[in-house]
Amino acid sequence: MMQKKEAYEDIPGTWVFDAQRARKGYHLNQFLMSLMKKENRAEFLSDERQYLVKFPMTEAQREAVLKRDWNTLLELGGVSYALAKLAFTDGHSYQYMAAEMTGMSQQEYLDMMLAGGRSPEGWRSKSERKGK
Amino acid sequence: MAKIVAGIGTSHTPAIGAAIDTGKTAEPYWAPLFKGYEPSRKWMAETKPDVVIMVYNDHADAFDFRMIPTFAIGCADEFESTDEGWGPRPVPNVKGYPELASHLIQQLVLDEFDMTIVNEMTVDHGLTVPMSLLFGQPPQWPCRVIPLAVNVIQYPAPTGHRCYSLGQAIRKALAAWDEDLKVVIFGTGGMSHQIQGPRAGLVNQVFDKAFLDDLSRNPERLVRIPPIEYLREAGAEAIELVMWLVMRGALGAKAEEVYRFYHVPASSTAVGHIILEAR
Repeated sequence: MMQKKEAYEDIPGTWVFDAQRARKGYHLNQFLMSLMKKENRAEFLSDERQYLVKFPMTEAQREAVLKRDWNTLLELGGVSYALAKLAFTDGHSYQYMAAEMTGMSQQEYLDMMLAGGRSPEGWRSKSERKGK
Repeated sequence: MAKIVAGIGTSHTPAIGAAIDTGKTAEPYWAPLFKGYEPSRKWMAETKPDVVIMVYNDHADAFDFRMIPTFAIGCADEFESTDEGWGPRPVPNVKGYPELASHLIQQLVLDEFDMTIVNEMTVDHGLTVPMSLLFGQPPQWPCRVIPLAVNVIQYPAPTGHRCYSLGQAIRKALAAWDEDLKVVIFGTGGMSHQIQGPRAGLVNQVFDKAFLDDLSRNPERLVRIPPIEYLREAGAEAIELVMWLVMRGALGAKAEEVYRFYHVPASSTAVGHIILEAR
């Protein structure tokens, strides 16, 4: 079954958490939600792979969790607010996670935000992005 | 009758809550932001609402992914602060108003807004950060709060037009309540921000300022902004701004802007704030 391509898929550097992505990411996101409990965070950190087996995710999703491959996690149906629970478990913040997703260093990201943030110029469509 | 006297638009960035809770509000990074809310706290202390209706969104905290209500009203006596993964914010429990919340549910469903009823839930930074920004750090919150949660996490969020119409229906429902109450409604979230993917950190000050400009006198333009425009122009998480349109709809046709503040950044977010009085 093929679905019609959505207009928002043309936004570069963005994985919109739509119904299809949410469906694929359901067990991944429920795993991430489990990290809101202290005892679960401890169990996860003591043996990450074994903890992940408890959730019926795909192997690709598990690998991306182990590698903290944030953008792949977004692509595979993770939603940023749930992914943040993994960042918090590692002792990091939303801002840390966002910076990691951009490939910038923490300082570069902070400096960009202090200078007014990322301009939308060149980031509205994939074709516009290619021209940059 | 219960009457909405004013609407507050404000961002609800979690880092703002963390700055308050860890005593960092005077640090150079945060001081300008908190200074911008000083007049608002004064305004709120003078306005003294009996009830706040807080239009906010949960961020995968109280609600997990088993059920995703588009519009939900909290009908409990009390709501505790959620442990979002680093301990609950040290803020007072929010006292609800179950009788009025239940009245709203009944009126709104008959008015064709199919609300979800929530009898037990916690409330996350989406609700508690606006409370802290406008009421400070009192031992108890000075008024009752009806949480109205909107799904803006899983696409699509309800449209701006739907949100605006819900606000109008809330105003009507409150007018049918047999007790004189002063109500302030909050629309929270936004403004431009994106906290996912290589495009994270996006801020569009032109979009935000135009949104603030039109909120009082030209909401007709704002209710027609399609979801794709929020996502493309102002970042994936800017869709939260539809919640401001519930607030605007609830103010009636005429609203006067009495205060505005805009500041970049709080973490990855462009912070916007406005006070509108119903006229």
